Amino acid sequence: MAIIRAETLSKTYRVADKQPGLAGTLRHFVQRRHRDVAAVKGVSFTIEAGEMVGFLGPNGAGKTTTLKMLSGLIHPSGGMAEVAGHLPQRRQADFLRQITLVMGQKQQLIWDLPPLDSLRVNAAVYGLDDATARRRIAELADMLELGEELTRPVRKLSLGQRMKAELLAALLHQPAVLFLDEPTLGLDINAQARVRAFLADYNRRHGATVLLTSHYLADITALCPRVLLIHEGGLFHDGSLRELSSRLAPCRLVRLELEEPRPAAAFVSYGEVEACDGRDVRLLVERERLTEVVARLLADLEVRDLEVSDPPIEELIGRLFRQGAVT
Amino acid sequence: MATPGLTALGMKGLLRYWRTLKRFWGSALASQMEYQVNLLIEVLAMAGNLAGSLLLLWLIYGRGQQLGGWSLDAALVVLGIYTLLDGVSSTLLRPNLGAIVTQVQQGTLDFVLLKPIDSQFWLSTRTLSPWGLPEIVTGLGLAIWAALRAGARPGVATLLGGALMLLSSVVILYSLWFVLATTSIWFVKTWNVTEVLRAALSAGRYPISAYPAGLRTLFTVVLPVAFLTTVPAEAILGRASGMWLLLSVAVATASLLFSRWFWRLALRDYTSASS
Repeated sequence: MAIIRAETLSKTYRVADKQPGLAGTLRHFVQRRHRDVAAVKGVSFTIEAGEMVGFLGPNGAGKTTTLKMLSGLIHPSGGMAEVAGHLPQRRQADFLRQITLVMGQKQQLIWDLPPLDSLRVNAAVYGLDDATARRRIAELADMLELGEELTRPVRKLSLGQRMKAELLAALLHQPAVLFLDEPTLGLDINAQARVRAFLADYNRRHGATVLLTSHYLADITALCPRVLLIHEGGLFHDGSLRELSSRLAPCRLVRLELEEPRPAAAFVSYGEVEACDGRDVRLLVERERLTEVVARLLADLEVRDLEVSDPPIEELIGRLFRQGAVT
Repeated sequence: MATPGLTALGMKGLLRYWRTLKRFWGSALASQMEYQVNLLIEVLAMAGNLAGSLLLLWLIYGRGQQLGGWSLDAALVVLGIYTLLDGVSSTLLRPNLGAIVTQVQQGTLDFVLLKPIDSQFWLSTRTLSPWGLPEIVTGLGLAIWAALRAGARPGVATLLGGALMLLSSVVILYSLWFVLATTSIWFVKTWNVTEVLRAALSAGRYPISAYPAGLRTLFTVVLPVAFLTTVPAEAILGRASGMWLLLSVAVATASLLFSRWFWRLALRDYTSASS
C-alpha cells in the first residue's frame, strides 16, 4: 500500500505585484495588483512504505512547497495528497504523530538550553512516558553519536552537532514518514556523511519512509534508489538514479587554470563553456570525447592546472533544461 | 478544524497538556536563570512606574480633588490591580504573545503547527518569565491593603467575586493581546501592536470614571479597559453588583472564544498562502 500519494498536486501562490520606488509603492497602496505564481503544477507520484526517495530540482522548482503540502503546512490549490491514510492539510493529531518535517534552515531546539530540555518538552507533547522517552533518546543518541552534547546549551554546539540534535528531536515520536528538507545544508563533508549514515540506519531499523531534498548529489546517491526530479513545478523524472544520471551526466566538468587569459570564444570547439573568467575556465565535455579534448587542450594551450570532475547536480539540471532534452 | 479542540480532550488528554505545561515552564525557568540581571532591571522598572503613579495620585488628592468620585484608597485599589495585571503581562503574556511575530517571521511557527497539540495553547504558554512575579505580589498587596483602608469588609462572597473578576480581567487582557498578535500572520512585519495595546491599557491605572464621557465609553465598549481594573476594584471594595460580575465573566468568555476563532481564521490564511 502506498503511504504517500500525490495526485495532480498543485499550488498557486498569489503574490503582490509591486513596481519599485515611491511611485510604485503608492500605486500599489491604492490599487493592489496581484499575480498568480504556479509553484507546483500537477505533480503525481506514489511512494511505498519504507522507500527512500530523493527529491531533486533547482532552487524554486517547488520542492519545499511540495513537502509543505505533504506535511499539511499548506493547502494544495489543486489535486490532492494523502499521507498515511490522512489528508495532510487537516493536520489531525493521528496524522501528525506519524510524520515529521526537518528543515535544514530552521530549528526547533531552544537556543539557550541543552537539547535534552527541548527533547523533554517534545516527549510531553507527544505523550511519551519517561521510560519510553529515555529509551528512545538513548537509542537515537547512540545512532547519532551524540553524548555530552545533549547536556550542553544549543548555542554552544557546532552546526553539525546541532543538526544531529535537531534530527533527534524530530524523530523522538518515531514517525513513519520523514520529510527532510535539506537536512545536510551547510554541514562539512564529515558531518554530511554521518547524517547520511544515520538516515540509512534509521530507515533500516524502523522501516520509515523518507522523502529527502538536498543540494548535495552525494546525499541522494548514498541514500535514494529512487529519484523524483521536478523543474518549474512539474515532475520530469520518476525512476532510478542510474536512469537519471545517464540522462543527466553524459558530461564531465573540466576546470582549467591557464598561464594567459583567453576569451570564452576560444573554447567553443572543445565543449560547452560554463564559465570563463580570464585564466579560470570551466567546460562541460561529453564523456566519450573527454580524453581527446583533454589531450587537445594540453597540446593547444599553456595549462597551469587541469581538473576533471562530475558537474554539480544543479549545473546538470540547468544544462538539461537549457537544452530542452526532457519534456 | 485542523487543531485538536480543547473540548475534544479526555482526562488523558488533559493530563498530557498538564505535563506539557510543566515541561514548558520548567525549561523556561531554566533558560531565564541564565540572565539573572533581568530580575534587578524588572524590579527597578516596576518601582519607578509605581512611584510615578503614586506621586500623581498623591498630587491630585493632596489638593483636595477627587478622581471620578473615588477616594484615594479606592483609587489605590485600581492602581494595585493595574500593577498586578502588568505583572501578569511581564510574566506570561509578553514573553509568549510577543514571540508569535518572531515565529511567523522566522517560519518556526511550522514546527508548532506540526505538533499534535493545540497551537494556541502552545503559543500562549510556551514560556514564562519569573521577573514579573514581584510586580504581581506588590500589586495584590497594594490592592488588598488599600481596600482594607477604604473600609472594605471582605466576606467569602466578596473574595470569591473579586477573584473571579480578576481572573476575567486576565482572560480579557490575554484575548485582546492574542488577537493583536495573531494579526502578525497577515502583516508579518510587526507594527508594534502590543505597544499600542500597552499604551491604551495604561489608562487602566486610574478609575474609569475619572475620564471624560467619550473616553469612558471607548474604554468600556471598544477596548474593555474598564473590565480590566475598575470593575474588579469595585468587586474587591464590595461595591459591584451581581450584574457587573456576570457581565465581566461574559465579556471574558466572549473574548476568549473570539480569540480562538480569530486564530483559526488566521491559520487558514497562513496555511494556504505561506511560503
